[in-house]
Amino acid sequence: MFSAISMSAADLPDGVKVGDVAPDFNIKNIDNKRISLSTFKDAKGIILVFTCNSCPFAKKYEDRIMNLHTMYAGKGWPVLAVNPNDSTIAEEDSFSAMQERATERGYRFPYALDETQAMAMKYGARRTPHVFLIQNINSKFTVTYIGAIDDNANDSSKVETRFVENAIDNMIKGEPVEPSMTKAIGCTIKWRNL
Amino acid sequence: MILLLAILSSLTIPLISLDDLESRLEGGRDTVYIVNFWATWCKPCVKELGNFDSIARENQGNAVKVLLVSIDDKSTLYTKVSPFVHSLRLRSEVLMLDELKPHLWIDRVDSSWSGAIPATMFVQSSTRRREFFEQEFSYVELNNKISDFLKGTP
Repeated sequence: MFSAISMSAADLPDGVKVGDVAPDFNIKNIDNKRISLSTFKDAKGIILVFTCNSCPFAKKYEDRIMNLHTMYAGKGWPVLAVNPNDSTIAEEDSFSAMQERATERGYRFPYALDETQAMAMKYGARRTPHVFLIQNINSKFTVTYIGAIDDNANDSSKVETRFVENAIDNMIKGEPVEPSMTKAIGCTIKWRNL
Repeated sequence: MILLLAILSSLTIPLISLDDLESRLEGGRDTVYIVNFWATWCKPCVKELGNFDSIARENQGNAVKVLLVSIDDKSTLYTKVSPFVHSLRLRSEVLMLDELKPHLWIDRVDSSWSGAIPATMFVQSSTRRREFFEQEFSYVELNNKISDFLKGTP
């Protein structure tokens, strides 16, 4: 039996930390337009969520991600959903499947494919869902929070702490983000075999 | 009645807290524990369960113990996890993690863990050796790792 060496998270670049300048990216939205940081030059910030079609855990958060956009886009904080998975490994994560999912569920925010996985590598995304909040002050984009959406994936009615909402509310008030990093369970990103 | 109890107990997957898991690993002396964190909803986890089970079966005479720790939603224990485990006829010991709030317990397992699964930890308390991996494991990779532990090579 042949056995490829399994990709280990330890071999991946660390990615960004809270306080770092947000790395730029160039990804393809489901409407075929390219998206980069400059797309958000007029926003106060970006709710960047690495998510996908195939992960049951990401699906548990789909409605909550849509709600975040509804709640915060008007306050200058839109959602940017990015699928980092290699669709040759997970077919459900292909570009056309993404288009279908977004139409079916009525996403009002961009859902883009990180075809080269360069963006996920640069940010240090490890799982879906994985959130990065990026604050824009005069076109200087800074990472201000990394982690979980809230503290209960299984039951949204039993959530006690809404990390992402609290973080954005604090930034809008000009207060520090605390905690600025949380961990969460999720699906491993399907990295292209190197 | 006894038979019924035996069937019922065989269908039960015990819940275990992280503290209890740690004390079990701690008390294992020279036993090499392979602790795999998995869930029924995680495709790559399900795919590799058979590899862990083969290792468990082949190492029955060695000081090797496989613990398959499900991190599924506890409310799905009887509806999903237990039927799934029994349909696979796993020989390994299956447990269900009895913890809430992953942002608090993930770091207690290992600070390098992002929370993505599959994730697997090898622990031998007599040598204070503990290795954690956020990755999938092939049968060969598992076998090599176990040999290293049993031989005491890094």
